[in-house]
Amino acid sequence: MKMKLTDIVTNLDLEIKAGHDLLDREVTGGFVSDILSSVLTHAESGNIWVTYQRHLNIVPIAGAKEISGIIVVSGRQLDKETLEKADEEQIPILGTSMDAFQVVGKLYRMGIRGSDENV
Amino acid sequence: MGGYIKEVSWGVPNMSTKAKVSPTKTQELAYEFKVKDAMTAEIISVSPKNTMDDVRKLLQNERISGLPVLDRGKLVGIISIDNFIDCIMSGRIDEIVENNMTTKVESLYSDEPLIHAISKFDKLGYGRFPVLEHETGKLVGVITKGDIIKCLLQKLEINYHMEEIQRYRASHIFEDIKSDKTTLTLNYKIKGGDYKHAGEQSGYLKVNLLRLGISPPVARRVIVASCEAEMNIIIFSKGGEISARVEEDRIRVNAIDNGPGIEDIKKAMQPGFSTAPDWVREMGFGAGMGLPNIENCADEMKIDSKPGEGTNLEFSVFMER
Repeated sequence: MKMKLTDIVTNLDLEIKAGHDLLDREVTGGFVSDILSSVLTHAESGNIWVTYQRHLNIVPIAGAKEISGIIVVSGRQLDKETLEKADEEQIPILGTSMDAFQVVGKLYRMGIRGSDENV
Repeated sequence: MGGYIKEVSWGVPNMSTKAKVSPTKTQELAYEFKVKDAMTAEIISVSPKNTMDDVRKLLQNERISGLPVLDRGKLVGIISIDNFIDCIMSGRIDEIVENNMTTKVESLYSDEPLIHAISKFDKLGYGRFPVLEHETGKLVGVITKGDIIKCLLQKLEINYHMEEIQRYRASHIFEDIKSDKTTLTLNYKIKGGDYKHAGEQSGYLKVNLLRLGISPPVARRVIVASCEAEMNIIIFSKGGEISARVEEDRIRVNAIDNGPGIEDIKKAMQPGFSTAPDWVREMGFGAGMGLPNIENCADEMKIDSKPGEGTNLEFSVFMER
């Protein structure tokens, strides 16, 4: 079944912080990490990335890996510059007050899997 | 009454073919694409023996405004929003579908050009048409004006992207330039300590590589490695430069900084080894995975470093043959 960002936004009741017009993007799997290098190494194109990080650098990292969208957890607020950059680079950023564990649990229940499990 | 409902449910003006004067891109596409390209293939239907209350539930739950009626797989009628409203107004909600449906059904064939569908919507003013397979007469889908708009917008968007790629495509320079060996070098200055913009230059590099016609898998490996190299320069050095050379058989990247240099390269290559301060790690940088990650992405890699002077990290990703 094809999963889109908009399905995730609805299901998890996420706040759309950037990339309002990009929610039609397909999500092929999920990845969670706060270590940027591990995202660069292990995340896959089309993944949704769940992270506690909120600084500007998450945007180019997501861009380099063609991440379909970022979920910033634990109610972390992002500054204006980051959100502007995300809009510019077409990286949707979604926010939630849930922590990473809860978010991943819900994503898993929706049928989103880590990259190894997708095969 | 029908007209009113239709306006509300579609809300998209100017789909009318009458309104157009000269052929537009949209019209061109409407000729090019078939009904089957736009239709919804998942058919939500009712049987003639269902009640109108079943219809109500379906209309509400599925958020649609009409349903085909199937009897043992055969299309026998259609329930439109008009039928449904008539039925409510005269208190026949408990009656079966058979007594309330429209039996004279206008339909479309899946292999007809989309423009036929558009003119049929115009002429008849209906909200939806069942779509039949030409050969068998089997119901294969349903098409609404909304489906058509969505389909055309998608195609327009794809076309737009294609044009964008064409416009910026620069791969022809390799064909235009006659030389025994053509090498193109892209240089990016990296400021030491500029965390805010970490990864940005690698992003530009990526766009340029794609414009130059480098295959996306190759470009991706270059970019992940160069992103790591860029972060290393920012975190650990006084600044430097990333230069990417597009050669015949490879992309060769040099990440050169002005010091302080790496004390023990072997140690630095160990996964997890890092000299990054805590506050850098808290940002998710400096996990000691940068160099191993570059090594993984690259087909070749070497580091020259002199403590007190600087580091030259060179890696290459081979073009796919």
